[in-house]
Amino acid sequence: MISQTFSAKITRRTLVKGVAALGAFQVASPFIIQARGETPIRIGMVDPLTGVYAAPAGNEVMGARLAVDQINAKGGILGRQVELLVEDSANDVGTGVQKARKLIERDQVNFMIGDVNSGIAAAIAQVTNEKKILHIVSGGHTDSITGKDCKWNVFRVCNTTRMEANSVSSVLYSKYGKKWHFITPDYAFGHTLYDACTEDLKKLGGTVTGNELTPLGTTDFSAYLIKARAANPDVMILLVQGSDMINCLKQVVQFGLNKQIHVAGTQQELESLAGLPPEARIGVWMFEWYWKQPGVPGVDKFVADVRKVNKGNVPTARHWFGYVSAMSFALVANQEKALDAVKLAAALENFELPDDVKLQPNKVYYRKGDHQLMTSAFVGEAQSKGKDDPEDLYRVDEVVPGDKTAPTVGETGCTVQWPA
Amino acid sequence: MTQLLLFNVTNGLIIGAFYVLMALGLSLILNLSNVINFAHGGFLVIGGYIAYAITPYLGFWGALLLAPPLTAVIGLVVERALIRPLYGRDPLYSLLLTFGLAFMIEDGTRFIWGPQGKPVTIPAFLAQPLSNDLFFITGYRLFMVAVVMVAVTLLFLLLRYTRLGIRIRAGTLDLETVAALGINVQMLRSLNFAVGIFLAGLSGVLAAGQLGLEPTMGTGLLMPSFIAIIVGGIGSLPGTLVGGLLIGVASGLTAVFLPAASEAVIYVMMAVVLLLRPRGLFGEEGMMS
Amino acid sequence: MSAEQIRKLIVLAAIWIILILAPYWMVPLGGYTALATRVLVLGLAAMSVNFLLGFTGVLSFGHAAYFGLGAYGTGLTLKFLAPSTPLALVAGMLLGGVCGAILGTLIVRRRGVYFAMVTIAFGQVFYYIAFQWSSLTGGDDGLRGFSRQPIDFGLFKLDILSDANTFYFFVLFCFALAVGAMGFILRSPFGRTMIAIRENERRSRFLGIPVERHIWIAFTLSCFFMGFAGALYALVNNFADPRGLHYSQSGDFVMMAVMGGMRSFWGPLLGAAVFVILQDYLSSITVNWMSFVGLLFVLVVLFFPRGLLGVFRRSKA
Repeated sequence: MISQTFSAKITRRTLVKGVAALGAFQVASPFIIQARGETPIRIGMVDPLTGVYAAPAGNEVMGARLAVDQINAKGGILGRQVELLVEDSANDVGTGVQKARKLIERDQVNFMIGDVNSGIAAAIAQVTNEKKILHIVSGGHTDSITGKDCKWNVFRVCNTTRMEANSVSSVLYSKYGKKWHFITPDYAFGHTLYDACTEDLKKLGGTVTGNELTPLGTTDFSAYLIKARAANPDVMILLVQGSDMINCLKQVVQFGLNKQIHVAGTQQELESLAGLPPEARIGVWMFEWYWKQPGVPGVDKFVADVRKVNKGNVPTARHWFGYVSAMSFALVANQEKALDAVKLAAALENFELPDDVKLQPNKVYYRKGDHQLMTSAFVGEAQSKGKDDPEDLYRVDEVVPGDKTAPTVGETGCTVQWPA
Repeated sequence: MTQLLLFNVTNGLIIGAFYVLMALGLSLILNLSNVINFAHGGFLVIGGYIAYAITPYLGFWGALLLAPPLTAVIGLVVERALIRPLYGRDPLYSLLLTFGLAFMIEDGTRFIWGPQGKPVTIPAFLAQPLSNDLFFITGYRLFMVAVVMVAVTLLFLLLRYTRLGIRIRAGTLDLETVAALGINVQMLRSLNFAVGIFLAGLSGVLAAGQLGLEPTMGTGLLMPSFIAIIVGGIGSLPGTLVGGLLIGVASGLTAVFLPAASEAVIYVMMAVVLLLRPRGLFGEEGMMS
Repeated sequence: MSAEQIRKLIVLAAIWIILILAPYWMVPLGGYTALATRVLVLGLAAMSVNFLLGFTGVLSFGHAAYFGLGAYGTGLTLKFLAPSTPLALVAGMLLGGVCGAILGTLIVRRRGVYFAMVTIAFGQVFYYIAFQWSSLTGGDDGLRGFSRQPIDFGLFKLDILSDANTFYFFVLFCFALAVGAMGFILRSPFGRTMIAIRENERRSRFLGIPVERHIWIAFTLSCFFMGFAGALYALVNNFADPRGLHYSQSGDFVMMAVMGGMRSFWGPLLGAAVFVILQDYLSSITVNWMSFVGLLFVLVVLFFPRGLLGVFRRSKA
């Protein structure tokens, strides 16, 4: 009797399970990798598409997608079409590492791009290094990626914090004065930026009147601004980024502090300026790339191409990062006619970007010693509204070449170890 | 030094006032319905975005007047559809549900308006500081404090003198008896929730003028509200009021001496309160235990 | 043996067979071994939360703190003390467990909503410390510069660093140890008392059971298990970061337990599997995966509060 009920249950249950399994198989089958036929070249991209960095991350992905479309239109890499596989790291290291492994182990990507978050970028670099995949860090700024933690397979497009500090320091010193007060976000990026700025300031002969370490995600900067004001500096240097930058600048202007003290900083992004009310778009900064560069070859076309996919909006530096990263893979692979990571990494060293990729006036190349892209710094001033264009929120005064702003390879502490 | 201290205490009170607004809404919902509303920050964001959407047509003042009630309406719908089935069940479920709801709200606002922060302009006459010395007291921050004071006064008047208010207070103490008296408890809970969300929406409109408006705006404001409630005492609205102001001032004061600890200090306060007086400053023994 | 016991044995055997063979059947279905490892670790964490939640009836919503502490303990040991994986695992477990023990003394008198809020707040204290003490923990950038070390057994070396499958089996072994201990405790008189407390606290008190002490012990034990799960997590990522301590991580664990079925032992593992795989799959195909996950929370709470295993159980009755 027991066995009867037992088997009856199995039959019904098994049927349900069978149907469920079939359904699951249907859903899962797109993932079963086709063994035959032309497999496309895959570029994996891990970026925080949700969370606080969603805006810059989304723009990087857009830039990379544009690059991939253009690469495919020209015949792809080594005659094969290119696929961009994008995964969301959700601004969480565990997720980022897992997605990186997924892209490498399951999807068999040939190249990797990512992440905006420096911590996640570094963690992914460990994975790509282990698996010998060529990896370009598009938007993570922490110095160690091309510094003491540099790896043979890892290259970086965006500036290091040292480069950023070096680009503005002399301008600020000569224009505004020698007493600087800092508002520094309390994490590695902020600390290294602060160290770099203060080193430059001391070399120039200035003084630091104080440093306010603000926790990430601070919404109310009044306490820090009160202290900054009390210290009576010539310049207030805002090192905060993203929403912190927006909150801080808004409050600086609301408090009228910009009328009493010069406001400046290092890295500034179009995304932040766009998120500010017009009266808060002030200060002297550096951009890592800017869209309005009259007379520079290739820029107008790039801007037009991005506008088509970006709801009519202009590209930001982030678009450019993603674009350059994907393009670099294609250019070097097609040049070497190979896909081997070691070979391509060697070829990327001292690789110079052509005009329609570098999209800026100076010579732009991946430096051999530390794999850092020698990209220019666009030093200038924020403006509340452009004369001709509502999106022209920044006036570029000077474009400083990367190898002038970057410290020497020795100073970065990088020694590239190649595999045996 | 004394000037710095005075500045920061005043500043702390202003920040505290804002926490009070958030925490009161959260407290109302917690006291009557035993629901920890993890989505409170989400409703703040909704309030801010609704204000942003209305402003081009009705201006700042129109947005200020309309956005909170519109948010409250959304709150009503959410309460009716999602939270009502959970009353009487383990508080775990409402916690999980509002938690999931918070996810959906964050993603939803990102989907509709994009991840990019939206510029919010406040009326020019408010964006001036009082004076060069008292630069951190801008017209807008005073305005915020004024709005909070008006809202709090109206809330207390509502609770003390209107029928709805009296019923809410009675319900907080003994919901069973209130129901036995023939009062529609379902409706009471809904309206109570709506009032709480109204306050969240109002906080959102005010916050949008002060901070950047983006989908993740609400998450950083949720924790201080929790702590204000714990410090002030669960079950006591005056406690929440005092709790909010206290943590604002504590935070402001600490920023003078040890800025890195200015956030930590509110957790320390909470730990101290829990150790020395577990029911909170104004809480009643046996409440929620 | 009765039919009931035979059925239980078969189910148990089936579960272990599925787990042992995971690297082999997952890949053809579009999975990858690292995903399975992650499911195991997070499943252990969910089971640890359920140890408290499902079996004692105590809602701790800040439990991820001990998970995160376990991860940091392991990372710090590997980075600064000694390149020994077993030592690191023990250190992580101890850190999570001891902190839980200490905090437990402060909060066992509270219940229900208040308890939940306090556990959230305390969890955030640890999150905050991990975030701020950047010289030790690396702050927002997380703790880096360590990796799981191959284990030398003298006769042979277990290379858990580069071989994904070897590492999976190592984690499975640790998982088996923890789960075995958990099962043992639950079957013991102590475990029975926990369930009694869950069913009716007042009566338990009348029966002379020292309720607060039992809850504290249960809390501490679950924190030790959490710490162990966190330690394994640090090995999975070769990384520890503050987000592992955040209350949103706690929420994920509680959801896994609820989704799988709080009243069953293996439920949380199932819940973890569904959650992790779903999140992995969804986040690859849509940017709005958060909405779907949130929707899942809402739907489970409203319509499947007993979880998946609860649904199966009911269909049998």
